[in-house]
Amino acid sequence: MLTIGSAVAALELRSLIYGSIALMGTLGGVAGFFLLLDSPFVAMFQIAVYVGSIAVLILFTVMLVRRELIFKKVEDPRRKMAGIGLMLVLMVGLGAVILESGVRQISTDEPPVDFRDIGADFVVHYWPALVAMALILSASVTGALVLARREEENGGGA
Amino acid sequence: MAAELSDFVLVSIALLGVGIYGLSVKRNAIRMLFAVEIIINAANLNLVAFGRFVPDSGGQTLALFSIAVAAAEVAVGLSLIIVAYRMYRNVDVAEFRSLKG
Repeated sequence: MLTIGSAVAALELRSLIYGSIALMGTLGGVAGFFLLLDSPFVAMFQIAVYVGSIAVLILFTVMLVRRELIFKKVEDPRRKMAGIGLMLVLMVGLGAVILESGVRQISTDEPPVDFRDIGADFVVHYWPALVAMALILSASVTGALVLARREEENGGGA
Repeated sequence: MAAELSDFVLVSIALLGVGIYGLSVKRNAIRMLFAVEIIINAANLNLVAFGRFVPDSGGQTLALFSIAVAAAEVAVGLSLIIVAYRMYRNVDVAEFRSLKG
């Protein structure tokens, strides 16, 4: 409940800074759900990556953007109504499908996955994907730096 | 385990609904990025929730990869927003019109 509420707050709060703090609350709540699902390793990763780095990145971007744009909200009220209707239809429809589908009867007695198994999986089965992911991460960070720098060298305009 | 699978799936559906609402209504680019983040988190929650009911660790591994790729995507998206802000002095996606025909 708290997670969903702060997700709505992240989109609706007037100040973008409070909005990003609410987004941190959402991501932390999802990390709590991961803990409830007996997967503490993913929860720690979620907290480290999302709540730690991405939230700080978003906060700095928000601060770089001009102040009055942060507080301004431009949106079409009719479009907003349509969006809320779409959201409700989606939630009720998919929720009804899930509740009718018999997922509720599924229960498990599997032991929780040990994080050592995850580590072994990473280096035994999925090592090409691990290497590719490392390359993607470094390439994207480099690309982001190049994108953010090039305009300065040209004198800040296009 | 205290909670059932359907609870997590319902929370994930709610997050997906909120994310799609934000993506379709908001015109602020940063807020649209927030919405994308929320949708990605709904997907990760689904991965881990269903992976809990399968005897191997594939779901969690895939969720970890997904989180890492989402981090890369946020970095690129934010830098694109900064570049667009420098060009247009605005973060309203309706104002980014140099690609309009």
